Amino acid sequence: MRQLSYAQAINETLHQMMERDSRVFLIGQGVTSPWYVGTTTTGLIDRFGPERVVDTPVSENGVTGVAVGAALCGMRPVLMHPRMDFMYYAMDQIANHAANWHYMFGGQLSVPLTIWGIINRGGEQAAQHSQALQAMFTHIPGLKVVMPSNPYDAKGLLVASIEDDNPVVYIDDRWLYDHVGEVPEELYSVPIGKGIIRKEGKDVTVAATSYMVYEASKAAEALEKEGVNVEVIDIRSLKPLDENLLFKSVRKTGRLVIADGGWKTCGVGAEIAARVAENDIFKKLKAPVVRVSLPDTPAPASSTLEQAYYRKAEDVVKAIRKVVGG
Amino acid sequence: MVSRRGLSLSEKHSELHIAETGLDVPAATLRAMYVTMLRIRRFEERVAELVYPLKEIVCPCHLYIGQEAVATGVCSALKKEDWVFSTHRSHGHYIAKGGDIKALMAELYGKETGCSRGRGGSMHLSSPEQGLAGSSAIVAGTIPLAVGAALAFSMQGRDSVSVPFFGDGAAGEGVFYESLNFASLKKLPVVFICENNLYSTHLPISACLGHIQIWEKAEAFNMPGIRVDGNNAVEVFQAARRAVDDARLGKGPTLIECMTYRWRGHVGPHDDIDKGLRSKEELDYWMQRCPVKALEQFLLTHGVLAESEKAKIIKSIDKEIEDSITFAKKSPYPDACSSLNHVFKT
Repeated sequence: MRQLSYAQAINETLHQMMERDSRVFLIGQGVTSPWYVGTTTTGLIDRFGPERVVDTPVSENGVTGVAVGAALCGMRPVLMHPRMDFMYYAMDQIANHAANWHYMFGGQLSVPLTIWGIINRGGEQAAQHSQALQAMFTHIPGLKVVMPSNPYDAKGLLVASIEDDNPVVYIDDRWLYDHVGEVPEELYSVPIGKGIIRKEGKDVTVAATSYMVYEASKAAEALEKEGVNVEVIDIRSLKPLDENLLFKSVRKTGRLVIADGGWKTCGVGAEIAARVAENDIFKKLKAPVVRVSLPDTPAPASSTLEQAYYRKAEDVVKAIRKVVGG
Repeated sequence: MVSRRGLSLSEKHSELHIAETGLDVPAATLRAMYVTMLRIRRFEERVAELVYPLKEIVCPCHLYIGQEAVATGVCSALKKEDWVFSTHRSHGHYIAKGGDIKALMAELYGKETGCSRGRGGSMHLSSPEQGLAGSSAIVAGTIPLAVGAALAFSMQGRDSVSVPFFGDGAAGEGVFYESLNFASLKKLPVVFICENNLYSTHLPISACLGHIQIWEKAEAFNMPGIRVDGNNAVEVFQAARRAVDDARLGKGPTLIECMTYRWRGHVGPHDDIDKGLRSKEELDYWMQRCPVKALEQFLLTHGVLAESEKAKIIKSIDKEIEDSITFAKKSPYPDACSSLNHVFKT
């Protein structure tokens, strides 16, 4: 099958969705910027013009509200935030308005909005250009949250997000942009709310999100040589969460490691661990759950500190060894 | 009225000159405005009783008494297809835009038959079919939403106009300025309506803003700004009509500041004088400038309304309100089993 990079998959999806549906438009700070969005928006402005590729002033909350208002009025905007750090400015429009609107008026208007948040870290960018805020958005009722880990899902989940009648926070990671994988040319959607087993195994379940699926897969491969059979689950959809897939896997393996690129406290790992703890399969656990996550500190600048900060395959390996008693 | 671009009326409207009043506003429009203002006034006064002492309505109600001319004047200049966005003080906007009174009262009672199925309460009213897209209790929260609706209208090739109502307190919010800028930048069909009732909850506006001429903020964003007497429904209507026409013709947004006053406190039926938040003299001054009485007097003077009609109009309005109370009381509460519904559209 045809191979595309993760960034190319996003770019192709935006082209195809905007071509297919006149309600779809792209809006955000830097949608035509040479450095904010990589190559994900290449060619869109030439093809669709500034009316449908709306590069905006630096007004995160205002522009988010504009996108929400347009969505209420029948459009299907894709609202891009070039770094999740900047989304704090927009929390009022995302959490108080987009997320609440359908419920608050008893199920009348809805907000079919894709909120595209980009994780763009590393390179000594430090505390305000590096954040991965998936847990915060997952906490809020009324938002769906997805994190594609590969080019195929980057396309399929973006299609599903745009087609959804609700606000969906679509979070990608610039560290994945050069990853290459099979991507069908035609439009298809990956269902929101469904995780997937990336590698089957029987000794331990590693439930991972986004870029950490890549690191977890490397860890699984390394441990295979040592005879540890790891099952890797790609969570894909943080909300709704595919509990069934998770529970089934943990029931089989009896061990759980959770690998997520956000902070530890009240993070994605905390939620997944709690779901398992609340379920009967808790009794099947042969070892305590271990989380691989960022330490509870802001992101540093200096490269030596960055090396210590971000989690990689070796951290997942350590976590797996801990739960299998190695 | 103060305006950067003067007061001359557009040629289009001069054709509508009505002999009785000397105004370029049809008598039928003036009468309808009077009835709308009375409906809002009578409704709110009844709600005040239902909140206290009757305690039948529990959800916090921010009453609109004293500000009726603003919602009425603006909404009378709009078509059904035009969208308005409201605030925590939303009853007047809902009624002026044509929302159903029974569904409004039922919402205040927390009933399933309410306009928001009992999920929203007083601060979250909507009537999409009448063009009220919703109301938010976050100060300035709906201003960018209205700008976004206007962006959608222009993308869809519709000639509708979008109107956010907001208070003077919203001029302290950054998103207000972000919204003015974006609407001006894209020349969107938005008419920004600031209802300056002189207080941001408990604080006088002079304690909130370094420069209290809110209409003048427009100039910084290269759009027309106007301040009008917000207790004069005709003046509000005329200013809104011209701004709406401009917006519809693609000339971009306008900011209108309507100077008005709320008779009751920030929230609830009391006047807050006992709390030391304002003086009785100030309230008396504004009550003498009652917007409903002012329009009524104008219509009586010009023969658009007869003294003998008044009682009939009030009787009809009061019946509608009492019917809405009966409806609300008889209506069922939302089923507790449905508490998880409507989080997502399915």
